[in-house]
Amino acid sequence: MQNPYLPYPVRIEEIIVETDDKSLRTFRLRFLRPEHEKAFKYLPGQFAELSVAGKGEVPIGIASSPTEEGYLLFTINKVGLVTSHLHNMKEGDIIGIRGPLGNTYPWERMQGKDVVIIGGGFAFTTLRSSIIYMLHPENRPKFKKIIVVYGARRPGLLLYKEELWEWEKRDDMEMHITVDGTDDPDWKYNVGFVPTITEQKIKSADNAIAIVCGPPIMIKFTQPVLEKIGFPPENIILSLEMRMKCGIGMCGRCNIGHKFVCKDGPVFSLAELQQLPPEY
Amino acid sequence: MYYKIFDKEDWINGLHKIEGYKVFVPVKENYYHIFLPIDKDITPDFSFHNTKLSPKSIIYPQSERMFEFVVDPEQPDAYVLKEVPKEFPSQAVVGIRPCDAHAFQIVKVNFDNPEYKDPWWTKRYEATTFIGLGCNRPRSTCFCSKVGGGPFNEKGLDAIMYDLGDRFLIKVITDKGGDFIGGIKGGKDPQDRDIKEAESIKEEAEKEINSNININMNLQELAEKPILAVFDAPIWDKVSFPCINCGICTYLCPTCWCFDIQDEVYKKNGDRIRNWDSCMFPIFTLHGSGHNPRAEKFRRVRQRFMHKLKYYVEKYGDGVQCSGCGRCVRYCPTNMDIREICNIMAK
Repeated sequence: MQNPYLPYPVRIEEIIVETDDKSLRTFRLRFLRPEHEKAFKYLPGQFAELSVAGKGEVPIGIASSPTEEGYLLFTINKVGLVTSHLHNMKEGDIIGIRGPLGNTYPWERMQGKDVVIIGGGFAFTTLRSSIIYMLHPENRPKFKKIIVVYGARRPGLLLYKEELWEWEKRDDMEMHITVDGTDDPDWKYNVGFVPTITEQKIKSADNAIAIVCGPPIMIKFTQPVLEKIGFPPENIILSLEMRMKCGIGMCGRCNIGHKFVCKDGPVFSLAELQQLPPEY
Repeated sequence: MYYKIFDKEDWINGLHKIEGYKVFVPVKENYYHIFLPIDKDITPDFSFHNTKLSPKSIIYPQSERMFEFVVDPEQPDAYVLKEVPKEFPSQAVVGIRPCDAHAFQIVKVNFDNPEYKDPWWTKRYEATTFIGLGCNRPRSTCFCSKVGGGPFNEKGLDAIMYDLGDRFLIKVITDKGGDFIGGIKGGKDPQDRDIKEAESIKEEAEKEINSNININMNLQELAEKPILAVFDAPIWDKVSFPCINCGICTYLCPTCWCFDIQDEVYKKNGDRIRNWDSCMFPIFTLHGSGHNPRAEKFRRVRQRFMHKLKYYVEKYGDGVQCSGCGRCVRYCPTNMDIREICNIMAK
């Protein structure tokens, strides 16, 4: 059996600065060895440990979709030791990747249903993965409506802007981009907090599943809105973050009750979370 | 299953001479006993209660070099992590107490499961033979018999020693145990009366531990309470009040397995190292954002007892994550006692 702690070596192919404050960058990574790329089979919702020799590892959600072959994308917020170091790295540098880790969004259950995606701030990475995955011609027929509500504090903090504008133009999905506020007179999209826009735009919970990713405050206020629209707790899907080390359920720190966020999660339904201690 | 009997002198001589094993034995060092590899200058001392440190480090060292790497871009394979070459020769732990052998069984489900195998823990465990030493006189802090063990319990043991005064009666339990005992010269077949003597020692020890009033633990009642009811019970401020978060309980505990992973670099060479960690420390769960789900002391204390007595039970359905060795009770600087806390949780 492969040593589950050993990262695969990857090369940073491209670094894209995502936000105007430069605190978020997307890293495009390519495996050095094709057999590693083949072994790395993932679905949207999963994460990986990025490994920087001499600095350590960070658990980051996978922002690319398995339908995008040949590379992986990770959007990284500059926060601590490893992520700050990553922000100073250059295209061509070698890092490591360990995964895929954790569970996925409930793709089987989502088939034949409307999918409502609600994201806030930089927690849009595995949601981007999900949208790209669902829009792939092979997958699109498996889902009914795709409705996206995505907000940031201001336009400059939105991730994946080029793609957002493209998605706005499509007729096989509904996009609701919003910002908390802006002084840009040319801003064509919504202004308002994500929970408010959700309440205005999402009309029905019939045969629908909602995936919610965002800062705790956004989740806190979006949850009652979704319940009011009629989403039962088992159809509200959340993805959690936790301090992690091993990523494989052994090192003991990311538990919520008897579940490990790294191995039993990071994706949980609200119904599952209601059974667990509120310690996250 | 069969028996052999050894004069104590022959047994100790045999441990010195056995070939093909690294043999760990209890040795008195200053005020406490510790397991050390036997050699000509080391005299095993089997007249001990238990070692202060649990023998968990024999399988699971406090620091483990996982990988090595080079941080010089001029070198080939710079920044690529490589496995550190390691050997896992046959070894034996002779004189391990039944609680500590049981503890390895409790920990095994964490490091060796259908999805992932920890390579270092599993290889060392497989290479190890466990020769237990039954406890003729359990101590006041011992409660193995309450948590699925007992002073002569055989869980996780390949053979068990009965101390008959001037001789050891050895009960061989597994083939692995037989291979080891077969390598020690001077063993004889015991008489029926030797086996009877061992059985009565075992009965006495069991009677003694079960007559200790301190070991009453309402584990059944606790098992029946839902996790959230215990988690939300208004007991944790009071329970955690004396704790100073020193972490000695987790450090000495044979069933505490949590670890941290750190990179260390010296000049152009680096190692990725795994170190024991502790849920008693706030940084254990501190997020990069500054948020900490277990920032307050009572949350960390609650985590330790909930993990041992509720979460583990719920996850694996096979008893608590505690083998009753009593080290945390004995060495806690503020006299916290898991047996009392269990009963508060069960109320």
